[in-house]
Amino acid sequence: MKQKILAIANSNNAWILPLLLLPVWFLVYYQLQSVADFFTDAIFNMETGSHLAESIRFFIFEVPKVLLLLVLIIFVVGIIRTFFTVEKTRKALEGKSLFAGNILASLLGIVTPFCSCSAIPLFLGFVEAGVPLGVTFSFLIAAPMINEVALVLLVGLFGWKVAIIYVATGLVIAILSGWLIGVFKLEKYVADWVYQVKSNQSETNEEKPSFSDRINAGYKAVIEIVGKIWIYIVLGVAVGAGAHGYVPEDFMGSLLGDQNWYSVPLAIIIGVPMYSNAAGIIPIVSVLMEKGVSLGTALAFMMSVIALSLPEVIILKKVLKWQLITIFVSIVAIGIVIVGFIFNYVM
Amino acid sequence: MDIKVLGSGCAKCKTLEQATKDAVAELGIEATITKVEDFIKIMEFGVMTTPALVVDGKVVSKGTLLKVEEIKELLTK
Repeated sequence: MKQKILAIANSNNAWILPLLLLPVWFLVYYQLQSVADFFTDAIFNMETGSHLAESIRFFIFEVPKVLLLLVLIIFVVGIIRTFFTVEKTRKALEGKSLFAGNILASLLGIVTPFCSCSAIPLFLGFVEAGVPLGVTFSFLIAAPMINEVALVLLVGLFGWKVAIIYVATGLVIAILSGWLIGVFKLEKYVADWVYQVKSNQSETNEEKPSFSDRINAGYKAVIEIVGKIWIYIVLGVAVGAGAHGYVPEDFMGSLLGDQNWYSVPLAIIIGVPMYSNAAGIIPIVSVLMEKGVSLGTALAFMMSVIALSLPEVIILKKVLKWQLITIFVSIVAIGIVIVGFIFNYVM
Repeated sequence: MDIKVLGSGCAKCKTLEQATKDAVAELGIEATITKVEDFIKIMEFGVMTTPALVVDGKVVSKGTLLKVEEIKELLTK
């Protein structure tokens, strides 16, 4: 069976399989609630409304829902990403002026394939090619913060509105933070050896990927990313499901509700040391919100988990002096605080 | 054959190094495999996405975690 699928995927008719699977996907996706109800009510024969029944219903509904969304979106994003490479992005950003460059860098940060383990070579490659420092930072802030996994989880668990708010405010933070770093002219706080790096920029004649190559990139992305994060999602939803049934409504409201001014900074302080567990964190946050955590606080928490992570800061220490690291972390943190406050008080 | 695995010691880079060793062993070819972790040396190859694979001084793959089969294909080309 697997061989057969691969054979189809490798042929020129690579688009047929995804097209056939799409209706199946929709059919399954829109039946999930009845399936969850069927399992909880008929198979486990549980009393509707009991804590355990609601926890189990939540779990049976949310896990396949989020996984289905992930498979679809990561597949599509995997294909889109084949149209973008870091080399093309760098070319587009070379010598760009401030602000316009920051906007372009933040937008490209969303679609360019990026792994935080490549942050250093990417930084070196950008700076050495003449991409302004502030523009490079806009890219480095947007790329990890706005990614398909976060987007899927936000759409799946919070709905479109919150997902769009997250992306829009995330973009604004990336643009303005990079712009400020550019305005302050902080190049002197980049490690000295960075400007001595000579990279060989000879054009490697990249073959233009064929259509089936692009489809295959979609499959590969699904297998790689879903294979890595499904366990965090199952665990995160399981914790969320437990809280869903048992933690009383408004329990978190006293600590992290919008009445407390310190809830946003507190959320960021808790969020920064957490890393790469966005997949597990977001399901938990979605339930905390039901229990009284306000939207601004939840957004601030998620952004700090995803965008400001201790391990990434430690990696950047290799190319930045501590002054610039401090400024970078402060600017992004202040940006997140402002987003949190706006949604707690203004909206 | 001279094979270099470029990468700064992240999990993906280690996996690629192992996959490369397996590929060379399965093909039964003569090759020296070295891991390049120094960023200055990595940049000399113009690579911005790690892990990358360099065969006889030429970058053949970057930014992807290749499977053993894919490496074998690249080495026999």
